[in-house]
Amino acid sequence: MFIEIKNLSKVYNDYLAVNKISFQIEKNKTIGLLGPNGCGKTTTIGMLLGLVSPTKGEIIIENKNINIFKRDEILKRFNFASPYVELPKKLTVRQNLEIYGRLYGISNLDERINEISEDLDIKNFFGRKTGELSSGQKNRVSLAKSLINKPEILLLDEPTASLDPDIGDFIRSYIQEYKIKNKVTILLASHNMSEVERLCDSVIMMRKGKIIDKGTCEELIKKHGRDNLEETFLKLARSKDEF
Amino acid sequence: MNFNKIYALGLRHLYLIMNSFPRILDLIYWPTVQIFLWGFISKFFTLSSDYYSNTVGIILTAAILYDFLFRASISFNMMFLEEIWSRNFTNLFIAPIKIREIIAALTITAIIRTLIGLVPAVLIAIPLFGVSVLKLGLPLIFLLISLYLFGITLGLLVTSGLLRYGPSFENIAWASLFFLAPLGCIYYPIEILPGFLQIIAKILPLVHIFEEMRSILMTETVNFLNIFKSIIISMIYFCFGVLVFYISYFGAKKRGTLINMGE
Repeated sequence: MFIEIKNLSKVYNDYLAVNKISFQIEKNKTIGLLGPNGCGKTTTIGMLLGLVSPTKGEIIIENKNINIFKRDEILKRFNFASPYVELPKKLTVRQNLEIYGRLYGISNLDERINEISEDLDIKNFFGRKTGELSSGQKNRVSLAKSLINKPEILLLDEPTASLDPDIGDFIRSYIQEYKIKNKVTILLASHNMSEVERLCDSVIMMRKGKIIDKGTCEELIKKHGRDNLEETFLKLARSKDEF
Repeated sequence: MNFNKIYALGLRHLYLIMNSFPRILDLIYWPTVQIFLWGFISKFFTLSSDYYSNTVGIILTAAILYDFLFRASISFNMMFLEEIWSRNFTNLFIAPIKIREIIAALTITAIIRTLIGLVPAVLIAIPLFGVSVLKLGLPLIFLLISLYLFGITLGLLVTSGLLRYGPSFENIAWASLFFLAPLGCIYYPIEILPGFLQIIAKILPLVHIFEEMRSILMTETVNFLNIFKSIIISMIYFCFGVLVFYISYFGAKKRGTLINMGE
C-alpha cells in the first residue's frame, strides 16, 4: 500500500479533532475526503503535510513511518493547493512560480514553468502581481504551484471553491487529464459532490473527527439507497449512526 | 544546508522590495529621519555639553548603530510577517526547506534590507553633520557583527512569539526593541543606571558595544577584549533565539497553528 493511515488522532487541548481514523490509499488513486465543516478534514491534511503533529497514530508511506523521513526529503514528494492559502500577493505570477520551483529544487525550471503555465493557460498574466488576479486566475496559479514539482502525492483542499462553473469545470477537467498523463496520488477534500464523483476512485466520509463510511461513490450511493452522492452525503452527515 | 533554497527564499523578499518603489522609499525614509533628528540633537549637545565637548558626533554614531540593530531586527520580523499577511505561511512550511534554512535565509536577507535603509542615511550624515561611522575604524566591523547577531536574536524571539501566539503577537514585534533600549546604554554611560539595572544591563551585549564605541571616539583607544566579549554574549543569545524558535515551531505543530496562520 502506498499510504497507510493507522489510528490517527489529534486532540487540541480538550477538543478531539480527529479520532482514531484509519484508511489506505493505493498508488495513483484519487481519494475524496468528505464531511461537514469542522469534521477534521483540514486537520487530517495538516497531519499528512507535517503541519500538525498527530497526538496518536501513524502515517506510513511505502511501508515506512513518515517520521523517519527527513522533512525536506518527504515534502518534496508532496504538494498542496487550497483557495484558503495564497501565494505572495505582491510578487508576479512568474516570480512566485520561480521561487517555489527553486524551493522544490526543480532542475529545468524555465522549461517546467513554461509547460505548466501553458497547460493551465496562465501565461498571459505572467507579469501581473498575484494579488491583482481574479479568483479563477489565482486558483489556476495556485494549482500550477502545487504541480511545479510533479508531486507523487497531491493534496487538494476544495480546489474549485468559489469559482464560476466555467473555471470550475476547467480545473476539474485539467486534474482529470493530469491524472491520466502523470503518476499522482490525490487526496481531495471537497464539498462539491459532482466534482468528487467525477474525480475520485473512492471516498472517505468523516463526521466529528471519525470516519463514518468509505467506499466507491457507486457503492456508497447503493448502500445508503440514495440517487446520488449529494443525497448520500446529506444522509451520512445528518445521521447519528456509524456505517 | 541547501544554498539554492536559501537563495530562493531570499529572492522572494528581494522581489518584494524590487517590485515596489514605495517599499524602497519606506526602507530609506525612517533611518534618514532618525539621522536628521539625532544629527541636530548631537550638534546641540556637542556645543552645550562638557561631556561631549571634545567629540563631535558620539550621539549620532550611537543613533546610527542603534538604528542598524533596530533595522536588522525589524527586517527579520517583517519578512516573517509578510508570509502571514500574504497568507503564504502554509505554502512556505510545506515546501521542502529545512527550518534552519528558513532561519538562514531570513538572517541573510535581513542584512540586505537593513543596508538598503541605512547606507543612504549614513552617507547623508557625512556632509550634513560631518559625522562618519567609518571613524570607528576596523572595530566597526566587529561592533556591527555583534549588533547584527543581537538584532537577529530579537527577531527570532519575536517570530517565535508569532508562531506561538499567532498574528496577535505582531504588536510586540514593534515594541521589543524599545523595551531593551533603556538598558542598552545607547546614548549614556552605564553609570547613569541604578545599581541593580547595571547588573542586568551588563548581561546584554548592547552596553559593551556602546561603551566601546564611546571609548573609541573619546579616547581613541580600542579594547578588543570588550568587543569580543559583546560578540560572545550576542552569539549566546543568538543560539538561545534559535532554540526558542525551534521550540515554538514544534509547539505550533502540536497546537495546529501553522495551518490557520494568517486567517
